[in-house]
Amino acid sequence: MSSIMKGTTDNGPLLPVPDEDGAPFWEFAARGELRVQCCAGCHEPRFPPRPCCPRCQSFDSEWRVTSGRGRIWSFVRPHPPLLPPYAEQAPYNVIVVELADDPRIRLVGNLVAAPDAALDSVDPARLRIGAPVVVAFTELAEGVRVPRWLLERP
Amino acid sequence: MAATLKDATAIVGIGQTPFARQLDASEKTLACRAIVAALDDAGIHPSEVDAFASYTMEETAEVEIAKAIGAGDVTFFSQVGYGGGGSCATIAHLALAVSTGQATVGVAWRSRKRGSGPRPWRNTRTQLPTPGQWTRPYGLLRPADEIAMLARRYMHEYGATRDHLFNVALACRNRANQNPAAMMYERPLTREMYMGSRWISEPLCLFDNCLETDGALACVVVSAQRARDCRHRPVYVHAAAQGLPSQHHGMVNYWTDDPLTGPSWTAARHLWKHADFGPQHVDVAQIYDAFTPLIPLSLEGYGFCRRGEGAAFSEGGALEIGGRLPINTAGGGLSEAYVHGFNLINEGVRQLRGSSTAQVPDATTCLVTAGEGVPTSALLLRS
Ligand SMILES: [Zn+2]
Repeated sequence: MSSIMKGTTDNGPLLPVPDEDGAPFWEFAARGELRVQCCAGCHEPRFPPRPCCPRCQSFDSEWRVTSGRGRIWSFVRPHPPLLPPYAEQAPYNVIVVELADDPRIRLVGNLVAAPDAALDSVDPARLRIGAPVVVAFTELAEGVRVPRWLLERP
Repeated sequence: MAATLKDATAIVGIGQTPFARQLDASEKTLACRAIVAALDDAGIHPSEVDAFASYTMEETAEVEIAKAIGAGDVTFFSQVGYGGGGSCATIAHLALAVSTGQATVGVAWRSRKRGSGPRPWRNTRTQLPTPGQWTRPYGLLRPADEIAMLARRYMHEYGATRDHLFNVALACRNRANQNPAAMMYERPLTREMYMGSRWISEPLCLFDNCLETDGALACVVVSAQRARDCRHRPVYVHAAAQGLPSQHHGMVNYWTDDPLTGPSWTAARHLWKHADFGPQHVDVAQIYDAFTPLIPLSLEGYGFCRRGEGAAFSEGGALEIGGRLPINTAGGGLSEAYVHGFNLINEGVRQLRGSSTAQVPDATTCLVTAGEGVPTSALLLRS
């Protein structure tokens, strides 16, 4: 069984457990592409992915490539008690990024100093709502890559 | 005239177990104790119970409760989803059943051993793929983290501060200090304690989070006509609502056009549309408080102030006894007990009976709300 099906590495971070609608997002992420689901009928983007367009009820969708740029919409710094792989890095940051292409599409992620750096690798003083960020990808397990975010002006 | 829920039913019995970090009895036993106490409070024999309502998260099924307490033939039973969002809906479902003749004596309850039991977020095996796949890999693990994200944005947009959140925590603690049944009875809170406490998920600290409680509560609902023959002054279900807003996503409500407009807005529109009075006529409110930021968000949603003014509303002792809107007068989830909001319903009933330990003088109307941030529900009670 691949690790993405197990949903967790043995002692590492939680891996995404994709559902049918979310699977394409993770397949593109594994190739280092940040794409969002859009309606093939009215072209409206939507997140999280779902089978039907809430605007025009079309069941046809396409996955549009994004610029990978955005701004921090909000952020938190979790402190223990946390699951062990997260407690080790706490306090770390979790951010919500609104995409430059469509600010209504917001993704949860982490602000890091480099793609493979720890979740606490950015000075908390640099966390600011509105800060421009750019996507990068890190490999959490074999074949499983997730988006990370870097400050556009480090 | 079309059928209406308005004042057609009443809560006539309330019951509860002690609240503690750890109780020995099982959830099933606690549930039965609370239900039997509520029926005794109403003066109704368990054999007359023919309706049940609880939460989908409730672990004791109706069949177990019914046979244990000696219920008669049951003709209505329902469960409501979304954790604490379902509290008021349990009463609403019973009110619908009783007012439409599907049942005559309804019992709603919640029993939970959250104090001694596991923390749900620790479960890595059964993470829900939607929306967990979009949040948990990044370490957004707990309800506190999810709400902290909205809280940070709210503070940024409207200039709300930690002092505003402290106002909420303090009002609940002050009321718990008056309530011998509260877990935080005789344990005062100061601003120094609040500001110096450990973080859970910045910007939320320890005292922004609800308690971890073992305990159970129950209510009995009958028709307004029957209510007149019960032991206590009837507390009428004046209006009830559930709320699942368009494009809502639950706790991680980051994916709508306006994440700070939560389910309370939807529930409130329905509630006020069916009520004979408005927010300005609410004497006392029991507002769901798993986390302090839910209070300003709910104050806005239910129309006690305008958008963005919820935090400022808490200034000058507004939430205390004698203030503009006394809230959570038994201590709430923050300081009495956290039993998925059911203790707020029982306290609403006590206020309108005139028997609260922090009684609002001459209170005749009470708003009770369920969890904001999840598909929710609310009740307007009146005496
Ligand atoms: Zn469409």
